[in-house]
Amino acid sequence: MTKSELILRIGELNPHLYHRDVERIVTAIFEEITAALARQDRVELRGFGAFSVKQRDARKGRNPRTGETVAVEEKVVPFFKTGKELRDRLNNRAEAAPRPAAAPAAAPLPGQPGKEPGSGQ
Amino acid sequence: MKGNTITRAHLAEAVYQEVGLSRNESAELVDTVLDEVSNALVRGESVKISSFGSFLVRMKGERIGRNPKTGEEVPIKPRRVLVFRASHVLKDRVNKGAESKVPDNQGADRQS
Repeated sequence: MTKSELILRIGELNPHLYHRDVERIVTAIFEEITAALARQDRVELRGFGAFSVKQRDARKGRNPRTGETVAVEEKVVPFFKTGKELRDRLNNRAEAAPRPAAAPAAAPLPGQPGKEPGSGQ
Repeated sequence: MKGNTITRAHLAEAVYQEVGLSRNESAELVDTVLDEVSNALVRGESVKISSFGSFLVRMKGERIGRNPKTGEEVPIKPRRVLVFRASHVLKDRVNKGAESKVPDNQGADRQS
């Protein structure tokens, strides 16, 4: 599933919203997570998982092709830890389906939105 | 600053600010988005969000683990795990944020 497929799906579930607004909503969510991580904040989404950043010290690396030693500066990397509920669902435990996501458009969705031509946005 | 935690409520607020929906509906949309991502992953699909990152489902084989407290060996069953790979855009933003005290002289410190 790509971002544009996700947007289509959310649009199908919310037929009263303009496509453009659904796009803005989905973008706003990931943008908010990104901004939080850029501030080194933690993002905790119960049932889904938690995003955080980890500090990596400077180290001596090696160019694998030439064997040459290079200095790698210290850096911050994004990190994600899967939440318990999602981890369990991935392994078919907790079959108590968390919420049947079919509220308004319970009708004709075969789960998989068709590939859109030019969905690369 | 460091140490703040962002929750679903903050994401809902961001959606509320972005589009003219009620707070309630904004919160529901955040839930729907996270649910749809989760559902795709549970179906075994990977989820790629451009300029954010990809969520991939990996299969782990069985291995022998050890109860760290008792030293007892226990088999760990094969299982599916989720891995997140941050996109370059996200990695860059996270590092820029960390360096924001450095005066902005573009060009000199462009890397990765």
